[in-house]
Amino acid sequence: MTSARDWLRTDRLPHIYCTGCGNGTVINCTLAAISGMGWERDETVFVSGIGCSSRAPGYIQTDSLHTTHGRALAFATGVKLAKPDLNVVVFTGDGDLAAIGGNHFIHACRRNVDMTVVCMNNQIYGMTGGQGSPTTPMGAQSTTTPYGSAEAAFDLAELAVAAGANYVARWTAYHVKELTKAIATGLQTPGLSFIEVMTQCPTNYGRRNKQRRVSDMIEHMRTHALLIEKKRRLESEGTPIPEGMFTVGELVRRARPAMGVRR
Amino acid sequence: MLQITEGSHAVAEIAKFCRPQVVAAYPITPQTHIVEALADMVANCELDAEYITVESEFSALSACLGASAAGSRVYSATTSQGLALMFEVCFNVAGMRQPIVMSIVNRSLGAPLSIWNDQQDSISLRDSGWLQFYAEDNQEATDLHMIAYKVAEDHDVLLPAFVCFDGFILSHTYEPVDMPSQEEVDAYLPAFTPYHRLDAKDPISMGMYATPDYYMEFRYELERAMQRSIDVIKRAGAEFAEQFGRDYSALVESYRLDDAEIAFIAMGSICGTVKDAIDEMRDAGKKVGLAKIRTYRPFPTEELTRALAGVSTVAVLDKNISLGSGGAVGTEVKAMLAGSGITVLDYIIALGGRDVRKRDIAAIVDLADKGVGDMFYGLRTEVL
Ligand SMILES: Cc1ncc(C[n+]2csc(CCOP(=O)(O)OP(=O)(O)O)c2C)c(N)n1
Ligand SMILES: [Mg+2]
Repeated sequence: MTSARDWLRTDRLPHIYCTGCGNGTVINCTLAAISGMGWERDETVFVSGIGCSSRAPGYIQTDSLHTTHGRALAFATGVKLAKPDLNVVVFTGDGDLAAIGGNHFIHACRRNVDMTVVCMNNQIYGMTGGQGSPTTPMGAQSTTTPYGSAEAAFDLAELAVAAGANYVARWTAYHVKELTKAIATGLQTPGLSFIEVMTQCPTNYGRRNKQRRVSDMIEHMRTHALLIEKKRRLESEGTPIPEGMFTVGELVRRARPAMGVRR
Repeated sequence: MLQITEGSHAVAEIAKFCRPQVVAAYPITPQTHIVEALADMVANCELDAEYITVESEFSALSACLGASAAGSRVYSATTSQGLALMFEVCFNVAGMRQPIVMSIVNRSLGAPLSIWNDQQDSISLRDSGWLQFYAEDNQEATDLHMIAYKVAEDHDVLLPAFVCFDGFILSHTYEPVDMPSQEEVDAYLPAFTPYHRLDAKDPISMGMYATPDYYMEFRYELERAMQRSIDVIKRAGAEFAEQFGRDYSALVESYRLDDAEIAFIAMGSICGTVKDAIDEMRDAGKKVGLAKIRTYRPFPTEELTRALAGVSTVAVLDKNISLGSGGAVGTEVKAMLAGSGITVLDYIIALGGRDVRKRDIAAIVDLADKGVGDMFYGLRTEVL
């Protein structure tokens, strides 16, 4: 059994992430889940697109493909179908996955390609300086929406469910234990596993949206995350759900026919 | 009014003064400051336009094409990977004769990933039917946007245009820029009058099938429009000189070429360094000059040939490479000067943001003197 640390490419440190960024937590949880799988480093490939989130494979001690913006899932599909024996894990961001790469996202879920996709959803294009993304909440400020976004945001996890992924869960960078467990379940589930992680970008999101301190952002995630089971209960009771809440937990676990599953 | 401003802000400001009705863009370094500024201007009602926060460059230029076909003046900006993603739409825009103006903040193409400057991105779209202007400094970048709209929208041209300026070197540098007022821009650039547009009362279809019986004629018409644009560019440049005092009536700017033996050919910000190096070499008695290409498409064959008439050697500085052939500009200059007796040497330089200094320019003159060229200049020694 390896530990998360064994998978880190320590010679690439220090990393490029800003102080207070949640990406390190997500990488840590992912590596912790992977180290529990008993996988070998040389049978595991990380694939990513472009963005701060997509930098992650650069810090991991395995083969990796740092591809073009939005295309990680298409590249990863190629890797997995060429070599089903490899474990394929994709790191992506909300912009990478849902904006420029949205088409690949729905088709990878539809094909249910056997891989695990971890999306660091910081609700912003972090790397390019904080422009509004398809998950920027309505009303939130960004460098392209100075008076608040006027567009509705995507619910990425629901999208993955609708498109056919076998396993879908959402957690946050605050819920490290639950997140690690969800990623582990994703790694074990044949077909496409999608784990959306709400994560803080203090530099380009919090600063412009009345969450000036990192702790404000983490507190926001803690207090606005609503367990799916609880949401269902509140709904059945007819209790109104407070505004700004988002669901966390396991959205789906199923066994649709999948592609690229190792025999 | 003379102001000290960042290149990106100068370009955003002039884009605003050109009164686009639709702006659609996707952020990408080093273009972001331009589109963020425009988003601000629209939000603050300084610019009466729709700003569309599209989900990719592919959508950006597609939305621009739609808006232009509907009769609007439109603007976008991109670079590198973003422009590469627009490849398909670029050909469509030109083929449908939509006079869109787009700033290209020149950056290299991956892989490996690089955000730094060279001109591979726009050069790679040289065959797409877009006019291509290259700016040496932020003043020129600013001015060329006005000229680009005027030329693109001229009914003798109706071609889209790139205004290219070097990423970071210009886009993120503060320089004095003489920024015209809205009234001055309005006086120079009249409102857009589309030649044809989508109109429910008089329906037309754009982009339909052209069978082998007709397709070639569309390409021929595009090429003819390119050739006609030469005179339109000269005219627009002369009118600009008359109103603003800065002369862009030539497609090629000659610098100390009169009695030159060695002439550089270059495009973009590197020309500033080359000019300074030339001044120093001239002081030392070396007869060198520069032919700066401002308009790369249409290629200024006639002007360039004339400018180079007296020289014995031409050193082309290419911030790009057509892999398997050589520098794109060098290749064209060689074809242009074939049989003239002038030696043309090509230097691939400054790829991926590699810095170029005056001493590099002097070193290239030494190489050219010895007839050594057609090479990458400034490589790390471990690959040699
Ligand atoms: C084709 C293309 N367009 C634009 C870019 C510029 N770009 C780099 S990262 C990025 C946004 C990244 O956002 P996200 O995927 O949410 O990642 P984050 O940095 O927030 O983790 C953009 C627009 C690019 N690299 N390629
Ligand atoms: Mg993001």
